[in-house]
Amino acid sequence: MSIPKELHYSKEHEWVKVEGETFRIGITAHAQDELGDIVFVELPEAGDTIQENEPFGSVESVKTVSELYAPLSGEVIEVNEELDDSPEFVNESPYEKAWMIVVKPNDASDIEKLMTADQYQAMIEEDE
Amino acid sequence: MKDLKQTPLYPLYQKYQAKVIDFGGWALPVQFDGIKKEHSITRNAVGLFDVSHMGEIVVSGKGSLSFLQQMCTNDLSLIKPNKAQYTFMCYPNGGTIDDLIIYQLEEQKYLLVVNAANHEKDLNWLLEHKQEDVEITDMSKHYVQLAIQGPKAQQVLQKITEEDLSEIGFFSFKQDVVFEGVKDQALVARTGYTGEDGFEIYIQSTSGTVLWEKLLESGEPDGISPIGLGARDTLRFEACLPLYGNELSEAITPIEAGLGFAVKTNKPNDFIGKDVLHKQKEQGVTRTLVGIEMIDRGIPRHEYPVYDGDTCIGFVTSGTSAPTLDKNLGLALLDKDFSEEGTIVTVKIRNKYLQAKVIKTPFYKKG
Repeated sequence: MSIPKELHYSKEHEWVKVEGETFRIGITAHAQDELGDIVFVELPEAGDTIQENEPFGSVESVKTVSELYAPLSGEVIEVNEELDDSPEFVNESPYEKAWMIVVKPNDASDIEKLMTADQYQAMIEEDE
Repeated sequence: MKDLKQTPLYPLYQKYQAKVIDFGGWALPVQFDGIKKEHSITRNAVGLFDVSHMGEIVVSGKGSLSFLQQMCTNDLSLIKPNKAQYTFMCYPNGGTIDDLIIYQLEEQKYLLVVNAANHEKDLNWLLEHKQEDVEITDMSKHYVQLAIQGPKAQQVLQKITEEDLSEIGFFSFKQDVVFEGVKDQALVARTGYTGEDGFEIYIQSTSGTVLWEKLLESGEPDGISPIGLGARDTLRFEACLPLYGNELSEAITPIEAGLGFAVKTNKPNDFIGKDVLHKQKEQGVTRTLVGIEMIDRGIPRHEYPVYDGDTCIGFVTSGTSAPTLDKNLGLALLDKDFSEEGTIVTVKIRNKYLQAKVIKTPFYKKG
């Protein structure tokens, strides 16, 4: 499973991409592979706030529902509405087409709490 | 996965990239190549399922017919050897112990195929009520059950046997069927759990892997693929075939689940649960199983509550994004006042109240 080096990772299998002042968030290739065919993505709205380690939405596969946990706290400034009609992007392109939200963080230094690609890789391998 | 029970096919799962999960104490493949893809292969071509976790119990002896008539709701006197029947075992209060298929092997000998999760419970229930002139033998460990399902099931299976499969009607079977290159003979029945044409095959455990490989090989030009339990569930769901634990349970009677066709309260014999089930048939039930389609965006799931305004009127028994129909559908056990087609109800999905409407079942019928 691909784990791009330039991204940051949470224990709940979200990736975070730093884009200047804002962070773009999605779920990892490993996460979508574990879930199987994604058929539904539920996301917050622009203007909502998200709280670190609290659910901010959910993804549903044919079989199960999984919560999305916020890797950090902040305000949602953009939401990928394309996932409403094309939830399969999460399987096909987890790091590109299936970004989920863009957040303005309360504290940009929170990014330091997340894992590097190598650390995330090690965590997945440990789980298996 | 070490402590889980395995079917004789288990050693082959890895070869076909199965994702194996704990399914009620069994290590079984939830998917091979993806649930949606496997679902579509079964609808459009042919799929092969390992369902050896199902229990097989043989009931024989002089008293076998009268014993099973007492234990089960359907009228077993209506079938004859080489025919099968869908039936239920119920408690005196009408709650469902299990749904099962009974295959009549010969006069005074029946094969009961029961759900894996209920296997022990069923066996004990039968033994508790056993009469002297009846023998009950648990054969589960000795059988592999493979299901080959889909519009091309017959043409694939026909390639490896001389037996004319077109002679086997729906819910009928042949015994002692010989497959090329397979040591043991098999029972081949035109039954299934997908809403498609197809067969269920019972064979000695020792021939299981050989038959599995043979079917995948001979079906390759027809696009055969191994199918996991995930797609088995979405396939049965679209066809509105009940799943024990969802549509049926100890707290749900077959009449409430809309399966009265397999409850023959007028058969000559008494049977366990008859009083309650007869009353439900005559006087109607207070709740009934219906199909729902989401109007708002959301997927109904097992046990989500259903409302009319502030009043809870029932719950979802099964639900998913139906792959063939591309709709978010559910089966729900609702107060009968809300069972009419077109009725608008509200499903509570996590913290949201979302609209759905009652629609006709089954959702899918083969073309």
